Amino acid sequence: MKNTALLIAISALTAGTANAAGRDYIQIVGSSTVYPYATVVAERFGKSGSFKTPKIESTGTGGGAKLFCAGVGEGHPDITNASRAMKSSEKEMCAANGINDIVEVVIGYDGISFANAIEGANLNVGLSELYLATAKHVPNPDGSETFVTNPYKNWNEIRSDLPAQAIEIMGPPPSSGTRDAWEELAMIGGCNTFEWVKALKKSDKDAYEENCMHVREDGAYVEAGENDNLIIQKLVANPNAFGIFGFSFLDQNLDAVKGATVESVQPEFETIADGSYPISRPLFFYVKKDHVGVIPGLEEFLAEFTSENAWGSDGYLADRGLVPLPDDKRAQMAADVKALKPM
Amino acid sequence: MNKHTTEIVKQGLQKRYNAERRFRAYGMFAILISVSFLAVLLTSVIGNSVPAFQESVIELEVDLSQDNLGLSANPTAEELFNGSYENAVKAASYALFDISGRKEKRAIRDLISSGAWYSVRDAVVADPSLLGKPQKLWVLASDNADLYMKGIVTSDMPETARRLSDQQVQWLDELISSNRIQKQFAYTFFTSGDSREPETAGILAALKGSLYTLLVTILLSAPIGVMAAIYLEEFAPKNRLTDIIEVNINNLAAVPSIVFGLLGLAVFLNFFEMPRSAPVVGGVVLSLMTLPTVIIASRAAIKAVPPSIRDAALGIGASQIQTTFHHVLPLAMPGILTGTIIGMAQALGETAPLLMIGMVAFIADVPQSITDPAAALPVQIYLWADSPERGFSYKTSAAIVVLLTFLILMNAAAVMLRKKFERRW
Repeated sequence: MKNTALLIAISALTAGTANAAGRDYIQIVGSSTVYPYATVVAERFGKSGSFKTPKIESTGTGGGAKLFCAGVGEGHPDITNASRAMKSSEKEMCAANGINDIVEVVIGYDGISFANAIEGANLNVGLSELYLATAKHVPNPDGSETFVTNPYKNWNEIRSDLPAQAIEIMGPPPSSGTRDAWEELAMIGGCNTFEWVKALKKSDKDAYEENCMHVREDGAYVEAGENDNLIIQKLVANPNAFGIFGFSFLDQNLDAVKGATVESVQPEFETIADGSYPISRPLFFYVKKDHVGVIPGLEEFLAEFTSENAWGSDGYLADRGLVPLPDDKRAQMAADVKALKPM
Repeated sequence: MNKHTTEIVKQGLQKRYNAERRFRAYGMFAILISVSFLAVLLTSVIGNSVPAFQESVIELEVDLSQDNLGLSANPTAEELFNGSYENAVKAASYALFDISGRKEKRAIRDLISSGAWYSVRDAVVADPSLLGKPQKLWVLASDNADLYMKGIVTSDMPETARRLSDQQVQWLDELISSNRIQKQFAYTFFTSGDSREPETAGILAALKGSLYTLLVTILLSAPIGVMAAIYLEEFAPKNRLTDIIEVNINNLAAVPSIVFGLLGLAVFLNFFEMPRSAPVVGGVVLSLMTLPTVIIASRAAIKAVPPSIRDAALGIGASQIQTTFHHVLPLAMPGILTGTIIGMAQALGETAPLLMIGMVAFIADVPQSITDPAAALPVQIYLWADSPERGFSYKTSAAIVVLLTFLILMNAAAVMLRKKFERRW
């Protein structure tokens, strides 16, 4: 028995040394927002082709950049996912470690719509009003620089020309990425419209985050589950309610719901894609050019990710909630990726 | 005087009886609470895991003619692998019912697992004689259809509360009545790696990752731990230095496991440039973590061997090494093995150090060696528990059951070894 155990051990160890000669799989790190999209592409790529399935770690955008910029070579990741553009400090770190050619790929957008039933009121709001409608604590309405528990029950209490109806919002629970994006883009964006709150960020970051990113719990905001389809059904049943969900669901249900105009911009493919719609952000991944041709399958993986079947407007990533790039931008990006144009 | 004492004793007697009864009641209560916690945990986990041990399959008649798959008459192995099976499976699913239109096609496609065509391809590659004509094949149903088959989603629920439309439910009912959909034992769960689709996700990759990791751990920590214990107990002089070593070993046993992960990141990955996410690194890090446990248990076992045994061996002329290896070690072996196995069980359930060395990742391929990227069982549980799809909550419980099974087996082995070899003096 001792001998068999030893034999198994030796064979496992030797099999390992045979493989250690070169990494034959793609290594990806980075944002947890991009993770669900990247894993779907990776799984398809691994199962349908002759290459191994890429390995994807969800380290967060910053953590991913740190690993990515640590150096060139098999020990370092080939791709990092990011839910924001790479910072100049990160680029400097990359350059300091000999990584000069990085290909930036924008895969699409994470757009969030604030919508209600088609027969409901037309809403034209700014980020500050969205913040005042969804936050637990809001700046004191009397103008003093303190926070009070959200007193607003009706939309017209926030701004007199808004509809005179109760604030009823159905949105995602805290476990959802959509909720994170809502807090980061809509609520923080609204918070920053108050000058003194914006200044608070520098002096007392904890208080700033506690007050700016805390969704109200008094019943005006209802957590409606991760199922965005369900939110749409509920909106149709209750024309006074508003819902928060991914843009792709709004786009597919335009016969039933309509998006609110935010900062005078309607949520549309074009406005999300050009960044004028405020509650959206582009999603990225970055590829180390030096690794292309060294790590087997890297080029093919890029081709799969940038294929119409994946990131196209009818592709499987759109099914998962990604807002695709506009057609011309997508074609341009795919061509740039194919040519490995560094940023 | 005498009478006085008895009096006092008698007076206090009832009180002492009461105190004793109360103490027993507290003890029973404590046991009752821990048992009920355990019972709640186990019943909820096991109850929740039951659906994951079955999977639903749908019978499709797939046209496997070379024309349909875009293959030449006598395809090579590579051609065979790259045939257009995805379209063939899609066409076969449309043929299940009399439908037309994009929306209906999409609805029917949603009943079949998006990974179904891989199994068709693998079947054809394994047996090319299937080619040439339509074949009836059983393929995996989608997560949503599977939940309906298991009665978790029912037709009584309002349409808005389930992810299946009334039309899809009606289709599924038709399939059930014509026996073209059925439940079977969940082979996929035990034969495949991780996946983003609940129905194709399996535990095998994580299980093998855990086994490889433990293999490295035991190969390192058992010999090193036992040798250290023997030297410290039998040979080392008792002085300040050995005292310091002893205190440090005891302290190490209490160090949080994430610290070992950071150490592994700094030393093995950054300095020695060992591969990220590989079981070999995981094994080394976990053996650092279990070494103190193994050393402490082994020392206790060696200490428990009576000195008379050593004296007798030395007395009839055995050298110190002979005494140790012929007499002391065999007698201490049950204790050493128990300690080692418990250390391994601890390592099996550990995730924190693995996070630092990149073993918490989406890894779909089943690892073939200790340097391939791999996840581990507890990591898989964590990743699945985090996934939004409904089917993963059952998979999570099933993975916990698999992990618990291994832990129970290991602990049972420890108990059995102790029972079998233990000697009392």
